[in-house]
Amino acid sequence: MTIRAVYADNNATTRVAAEVLEAMLPFFKEQFGNPSSMHYLAKPAEQAITKAREQVACLLYADPSEIVFTSCGTESDNAAIRGVLSALPHKKHIITTRVEHPAVRNVCQYLGKNGYRVTELSVDKMGQIDLDELRETLDDDTALVSIMWANNETGVIFPVREIADMVKSRGALLHCDAVQAAGKLPIDLRVVNVDLLSISGHKLHAPKGIGVLYIRKGTYFSPLMIGGHQEKGRRAGTENVPYIVGLGKACELAFEHMEEEQTRVKALRDRLEKELLEKALDASVNGDPANRLPNTTSISFKYIEGEAILLMLSAEGIAASSGSACTSGSLEPSHVLRAMGVPFTRVHGSIRFSLSRYNSDEDITYIVEKMVPTARRLREISPFGRDELYAAK
Amino acid sequence: MWDYTDKVKDHFYHPRNVGQIEKPDGVGEEGSLACGDSLRLMFKLDKNGRIAEARFQTFGCGSAIASASALTEMIIGKTLEEAEKITNQDIADYLGGLPVEKMHCSVMGREALEAAIANSRGEDVEALRARKGHVVCECFGVTDNEIVRVIKENHLKTVEEVTNFTKAGGGCRRCHPQIENLIAGVIGIEQKQEAAQPPGKKMSNIQKIKLIEETLENEIKPMLRADGGDIELIDIEGDRVMVALRGMCSSCPSSQLTLKQYVESKLREFVSEDIIVEEAKP
Repeated sequence: MTIRAVYADNNATTRVAAEVLEAMLPFFKEQFGNPSSMHYLAKPAEQAITKAREQVACLLYADPSEIVFTSCGTESDNAAIRGVLSALPHKKHIITTRVEHPAVRNVCQYLGKNGYRVTELSVDKMGQIDLDELRETLDDDTALVSIMWANNETGVIFPVREIADMVKSRGALLHCDAVQAAGKLPIDLRVVNVDLLSISGHKLHAPKGIGVLYIRKGTYFSPLMIGGHQEKGRRAGTENVPYIVGLGKACELAFEHMEEEQTRVKALRDRLEKELLEKALDASVNGDPANRLPNTTSISFKYIEGEAILLMLSAEGIAASSGSACTSGSLEPSHVLRAMGVPFTRVHGSIRFSLSRYNSDEDITYIVEKMVPTARRLREISPFGRDELYAAK
Repeated sequence: MWDYTDKVKDHFYHPRNVGQIEKPDGVGEEGSLACGDSLRLMFKLDKNGRIAEARFQTFGCGSAIASASALTEMIIGKTLEEAEKITNQDIADYLGGLPVEKMHCSVMGREALEAAIANSRGEDVEALRARKGHVVCECFGVTDNEIVRVIKENHLKTVEEVTNFTKAGGGCRRCHPQIENLIAGVIGIEQKQEAAQPPGKKMSNIQKIKLIEETLENEIKPMLRADGGDIELIDIEGDRVMVALRGMCSSCPSSQLTLKQYVESKLREFVSEDIIVEEAKP
């Protein structure tokens, strides 16, 4: 029997779409020009960037002039947070949440040690923030609120539109890390009043090493990268033409597949979740089932440990991820699940499956087929709770 | 991705001696579910006092399962005196090495073995635990004696190394100064121990921090937890104690009241009249 390869770790990274790679290749070969040059090779590169900028703007319902290309999502987050703060030097308060990605959380914690007051909003057991807490925390000193659109571990979606209205009414700026949301959820920046928004290419079938920072027209912003005039002075450095082209194409594809993401991919996720909860025993979903990314499920399998599960699944060709301490390299279990108050017994056995449009119905059948005996096998090894669990069946 | 040896993978994917023994001669348990790993080891002796059968159950990652499986193979055929000599490094060597961050899995194996041997000799496991010393790392329940033993056996020099071997210090990091002291003690550096204060005089900072921690743990946390909340000590600066409220407490409108009235009064009662409690801004 050959091992099937089922990739279900799309919130970590995605495969590069074939169309994306194809669009990129000419810019490694004959069209290798620098768009700033004054010869015949510059124009095609410049035109390609203009087109890519339009493709990205189209996915976000933004104006192309508001799109700045960066090297990755982390750079976008850093540039947004630090760029706003250095443009508003008289304000010293930042608000964020306890469940942000390290690219935001660690930047804010760093700033907290360097003269800024940082408020981390708590989340409830569904992973949702409390808008009243945000309202009470905002004050005249608040320069920036940085809140993710959707959480990478649980897929929980924050009410960004309401957050934006509240933040704007208090005269603060809003940065939104939309790295997980982009391509999976419709993002309409005509109606959602965020000032800055981060995207990462490799989460939506473009390659690693390319990101976007959306900066709304008129936003106070001071660049992180200083050098040449590229990106209208908002991000210096020679444009990464092939990757920019790839990201543009990936955004165009994401726009075309948005409907599929909300229907077919969501149905796959729902079936996976339902069958695992039924068959793998003593499993529970982490997060807010009603407000989640369509592709993500975080499931805790009680009495067994995440790394062991991942190793077993990996041997069967299944790629997923875990919030367990042993997979983090820091011996600390997921800060997201802990902030939600998920008990230790469930944090260590949490597995995130994140799907994409490249997953099929057969993939789901295969994951369930392998996950159920994996849970059973590890519970046979585990000293906790197994007797009652399987005796009942 | 951890770099596991083929031997580790073999023992993880095909663990030896999983399960329990009816009427075992020795049973030892180490770790807990809250720590992220846990091991129950049991064995049966033959008429010559050699370990005839050994079995284990593990909740934990790949290397925790592999370490326990390897340990059962290592002890079968040995007398208790021989088995007692096995160190965590022996377990790691048997597996062809473990990633440094995973050395604590081998320590857990050695400690479960120690507990099982004590159990088979009719020694009280609780007494053994008491002999192990007082808990330094509260996140992972690691004692000073355990840390000192690992520092000596493995010639450790930094807190980071101690964390890799025992997990101690890998959580909230509050115990890092204590671990540094233990390392300094082992490698023979004269510690700048403050002379014992005469009674009635001011406490040393270390004494005060310990007392605040104990008061939080024993007097305050049980009360808050009863209401679904929790409290975490963030920092101490002189008499200012910074804490963070967790769980229900963090969203409770009366949290300021809780802090001021309850936490502060308790800390003033048990530690010092001058304590001021503040909510830490995360």
